[in-house]
Amino acid sequence: MVSPSMRIDEGCDLDSDNSVLMREKLAVLIVDDDAVVRKVHEKLASQLKVAKQVQTETATNGKEALDLHLSGSSFDIILMEMDLPIMDGPEVTKELRAMGVKSMIVGVTSRDSQVEKTAFMVAGLDECLEKPLTADKISSLVETLEKKK
Amino acid sequence: MDVAQLKRQLFEYTTLLFHEGFLDEQFTQLQQLQDENNPDFVVEVVSLFFDDSERLLNELAKALDQQNTDFKKVDAHVHQLKGSSSSIGAQRVQRVCITFRNYCQDKNVEGCLKCLQQVKHEYSLVKNKLETLFTLEKQILAAGGSAPM
Repeated sequence: MVSPSMRIDEGCDLDSDNSVLMREKLAVLIVDDDAVVRKVHEKLASQLKVAKQVQTETATNGKEALDLHLSGSSFDIILMEMDLPIMDGPEVTKELRAMGVKSMIVGVTSRDSQVEKTAFMVAGLDECLEKPLTADKISSLVETLEKKK
Repeated sequence: MDVAQLKRQLFEYTTLLFHEGFLDEQFTQLQQLQDENNPDFVVEVVSLFFDDSERLLNELAKALDQQNTDFKKVDAHVHQLKGSSSSIGAQRVQRVCITFRNYCQDKNVEGCLKCLQQVKHEYSLVKNKLETLFTLEKQILAAGGSAPM
C-alpha cells in the first residue's frame, strides 16, 4: 500500500513552518566550576530543538573559557557563571568583548544582589539570568538570538 | 504489589517530597530531560550531586576548623553547594545555604558552624528521600512497568 503522506524525518523541525530555515548548528559554551550545574545546563542546551545540531562544550573556570576562544573556538551562546575560580565571570566577559567576541553572553548566577548583577551586565553581558536554568529560560534566549540575526 | 500499585506509591511519595519542600520544580525539569536516549539522566545527576556535596561538606568542616577561618573559602564552598542543590531542586539544602552565606559575610563562625550542622542534616534527609525514590522506580521497572515520568 502506498502511503501518500509525507513523513518528516529525524530532523528537528517538528511542527515548524518549512519556510523558516532552521539553523544548521548551535554552539553553546557552559562555564561553571560545579560539575552538577555543568551537567544539567549541558543537557538543557542539548535538548533545544532549534538547530539541526546542537553542540555543547564546557569550561570549569574563566581561564579555560578564554583559552578556548584563543585557540579559535567560537560559540553562539555562552552561559557564564559569575563566581569562577582563577578568572571570574565579569573578568572573562570583559576580556572576551575586548577580543571582539560577538557571541551572546548570558550571565548565570545564584547571587541575589542587584548590584553584582548590574556590574556583571556592565562587563558586557547580553543578559543575566538566575540559577537554576530551565528549558524555558534557555529557549527564550535562543529566540532572542534568532531575532537578532 | 502490582505495577499499578507501585506507580501509585511512587506518585504519592514524590508528591509528598514536593509538598514538604524537599524537592522543587527544578527536579521536574530534570525528569523532563530524561528520555530513551538518556534513561538514567536523573540518577546520574543526583549521584553527581551526592559526590559533590559530600566533598563540599568535608571541605567546609575543615575550613571551619581552622584557627583563623578563611571566610572567602567557606563562602566559595557554600556558593557551590547552593548552585548544585538548586540545579537538582534540593530546595531545603539550597535555603540553608542562603543563610549560611549571610553568616559568612558577617564573619560569624558560630553561625557558620550551626549552618553547617543544618545543611548536613538537610543533605542527609534529601539523600535518603531520593534514594527511596530511585528504589521505588527500580521496583516498578523490575515488575515490568515502564519508567515513570
